[in-house]
Amino acid sequence: MSTKPKIPTIWDIPREELFAPGHRMCQGCGAAILMRHITKALGKDAIIVEATGCVEVTTTVYPQTAWKHPWLHIAFENAAAGASGVEAAIKAMKRKGVIPKDKKVKVVAIGGDGGTFDIGLQALSGMLERRHNVLYIVYDNEAYMNTGIQRSGATPYKAWTTTTPVGKVWRGEWRPKKDIMGIVLAHRVPYAATVNPAYITDLYMKVRKAVEIEGPTFIHAFSPCTPGWRIDPALTVTVSRLAVQTGVWINYEVENGEFRVTTPVPKRKPVKEYLRLQGRFRHLTEEEIAEIQRMVDEEVERINKLVGKTVIGPVVE
Amino acid sequence: MTAQLPGWKSLPPGAVITRPGSTVEYKTHDWRTLRPVIDQERCIRCRLCWLYCPEGTIIELDKPYTTKTGRKYTRTYEINYDYCKGCGICAQECPAKAIKMVEEVR
Repeated sequence: MSTKPKIPTIWDIPREELFAPGHRMCQGCGAAILMRHITKALGKDAIIVEATGCVEVTTTVYPQTAWKHPWLHIAFENAAAGASGVEAAIKAMKRKGVIPKDKKVKVVAIGGDGGTFDIGLQALSGMLERRHNVLYIVYDNEAYMNTGIQRSGATPYKAWTTTTPVGKVWRGEWRPKKDIMGIVLAHRVPYAATVNPAYITDLYMKVRKAVEIEGPTFIHAFSPCTPGWRIDPALTVTVSRLAVQTGVWINYEVENGEFRVTTPVPKRKPVKEYLRLQGRFRHLTEEEIAEIQRMVDEEVERINKLVGKTVIGPVVE
Repeated sequence: MTAQLPGWKSLPPGAVITRPGSTVEYKTHDWRTLRPVIDQERCIRCRLCWLYCPEGTIIELDKPYTTKTGRKYTRTYEINYDYCKGCGICAQECPAKAIKMVEEVR
């Protein structure tokens, strides 16, 4: 049985900022929008454990920090392990009476796609399997952006990066994106969801829900990167919205095995509209776009089958 | 930079940062080449610019405003130009086209 809380509107998001300005994220960074609203949704009683990544290096340039929460920096591979330790310490402190037993402290681990899909995968798997009460958030900008756009397991098919260049032999990344949600759901977690910065109320609701649920929870966030994706900084939200409207990204949640698409798209736009805004897909030929369209169609079909009805509609030109 | 840096003896153990939200000391306004300007007459107070700003530089104020045509609003949105990096998301997302990006002149 799923709990159905009141769907928040844009006016339910608190005005108070828990993520300070003055951080060094790029102009129009998608992850900055995500972090602002994730901290708002978490509220004050949270401990954040962050893996190395874009957000970590840009928000905590010594001797300053943009975070107003207790914040712990962990190496690239062990954000989930660090968060497990924090959660275990809170349990022990409650048992020994150091902090009140009914005090609710949310433990949140945040990692980039490199720190989650590739380097931090075993720590994440361990955390999920040991059933720690931690929310893990991955902001997925689809490559190692902070070190100079190297490919990661999250890089989509045919995307240009500095380590999958476009030339006579190579046409960008030739391997499809890793299905991290599939890996996480295979651990039978009580809650997992995908969020998108263009749909903030959806994000807000999912983060609130995920921290309330006892046990390991996971959120996969779409995070456009202006220098890495070669997009205009003003188009960050436009690209995010197009990703949902074209079916490249699907906003869904899985609660105790129950699959629900939170942003239904009755009429899908062709994937070309999403690809043409980004410089990393500039080299694509018509055949390659058709191939990507076919892959998206297959994924949409799979999701529709899981839900049991057509929530993501056919492509309408 | 001629500022006197602290020595290792005066730093806290592990060099932890003890001041939350201290990046406010670092003003990012000089990253900007285009400056967003809100036309208060056209603004419909939909909150979208506030929502999508990556820096949180759009400030929501409980300041009443009456337009020339007599529409009353209880809120006003203003921009904190100390931190705005000039990405232009607000102007792009504004449904009323009330935000214009103008060239920054210093």
